[in-house]
Amino acid sequence: MKNLEDLKKQIKDGLSELDVVIGWTDSFDPLHATPHFMRSEADVDKLKVDALCVHNLATYLPSLKGKKVGIVVKGCDSRSVVELLQENLINRDDVTIFGFGCTGVVDQTKIRRAVGDVGQVEACEVSDAEVKLSVAGKEHKLPMADVIADKCQTCRYPNAVVSDQFVGDEIKATASFEDGYKDLEEFEAKSTEEKFGFWLGEMDRCIRCYACRNACPMCVCRDHCVAQSRDPHWLSQEAHVRDKWMFQVIHAYHLAGRCTECGECQRACPVDIPILLFKKKFNKEIKEVFNYEAGLDPEAKPPLQTFKIDEPTIKEKEW
Amino acid sequence: MPVLEGKELRIVGFLCNWCSYGGADTAGVGRFTQPTDLRVIKVPCSGRIDPLFIVKTLMSGADGVLVSGCHPNDCHYAEGNFYARRRLEMLKRFIPMLGIDPDRFDYTWVSASEGQRWQEVVTKFTEQIHKLGPAQKIEGPEAEETLKLMEASL
Ligand code: SF4
Ligand code: SF4
Ligand code: SF4
Repeated sequence: MKNLEDLKKQIKDGLSELDVVIGWTDSFDPLHATPHFMRSEADVDKLKVDALCVHNLATYLPSLKGKKVGIVVKGCDSRSVVELLQENLINRDDVTIFGFGCTGVVDQTKIRRAVGDVGQVEACEVSDAEVKLSVAGKEHKLPMADVIADKCQTCRYPNAVVSDQFVGDEIKATASFEDGYKDLEEFEAKSTEEKFGFWLGEMDRCIRCYACRNACPMCVCRDHCVAQSRDPHWLSQEAHVRDKWMFQVIHAYHLAGRCTECGECQRACPVDIPILLFKKKFNKEIKEVFNYEAGLDPEAKPPLQTFKIDEPTIKEKEW
Repeated sequence: MPVLEGKELRIVGFLCNWCSYGGADTAGVGRFTQPTDLRVIKVPCSGRIDPLFIVKTLMSGADGVLVSGCHPNDCHYAEGNFYARRRLEMLKRFIPMLGIDPDRFDYTWVSASEGQRWQEVVTKFTEQIHKLGPAQKIEGPEAEETLKLMEASL
């Protein structure tokens, strides 16, 4: 990030008023960044912001409600903050948002597929154009276009949509709403049987680790999640494809009209199940029926939490 | 062997206590002939129906699910069915994603006095499900086909 020093200065200036500021820093190996909780100037010096900073830090906010928290956000992450504000899961007065214009993050799965074993990364350099890696003595140069996350290829909100401090220049987005749904349309072109078979195969691989849920900034009732509740008993503890699949439908339904497609659920999945497709489907239909997108207006109400007496956009079946 | 074995499919109906259950009752009292495939679950209001009930029902082996509540503006609780309408419409649009034919699920409104309408709705919906035939099963003795699908997709 070009303006990293400016950002650090802004954070340092705000530090005395805040209990903690959340950003990213170096991780266990040069290919990863990790969430970073800054309380001192020395912590702020370790801040890093680049294409490896994939985590959506908004996920931490609800559990810090009541504290004075600063947070560094990319465009997509800022929409999660808006959504949390909208649902009163955080207080606007307690959160200081450091936003910037984002040029995209890498998809670690794409890197792994291109390089093979990424167990021993000795060095990694990321620029706007490429990711240069040295793995077990071998050099790799991966063009950014090949390893950038799918969501970034069709990003419409690269700049933080809400912020108290904005660092650097705004970035112009070029993608349209439709661009983001090409993968979904491709999937939808399959036959009913093909879709059913596809999910059976995919969901069978799920290990029920719930990483998808824990990474999701909008999954706020983790302690009381229906996946583990015995009253009501929605899911058994069996490792049956039925229960795993049902869990994903539960996740998608509870996110309908709230999911901002940050992609954290799918990124966190250790077995690469394309669960974002379910959420995209809801978002596409919600846009079509209610002309609504989550995470843009802190004052708006998610469409499934309200109604109209006449619903001109809902065509009911005539018997 | 029961006479209907092989002729009936498993259809579950979620009916609200105040209108549609009454409508079904009216149809019964009026002795209107109806198909026998539908098993009714009475709920206090269509607004009580979590769309996930329907997904769970379909994933647990039902061949079809019908939801019926009070006509909009007639809800006993004033606005339960308005919320229900939005949720159910979203479900209708979502289930094809799972590889479930959207015609396996429908929602409608039937009032307590509309015995005739109830007869018509149940008959048409049952015909619709029979046209589709039994649904793909995820468990139970009929799940063998599903296993084959799974292997084919892996
Ligand atoms: S989706 Fe947009 S804001 Fe989010 S990481 Fe990608 S480019 Fe940045
Ligand atoms: S469901 Fe996935 S994409 Fe949507 S908000 Fe949660 S983590 Fe982000
Ligand atoms: S992260 Fe993936 S494997 Fe883990 S519960 Fe979610 S879908 Fe299953």
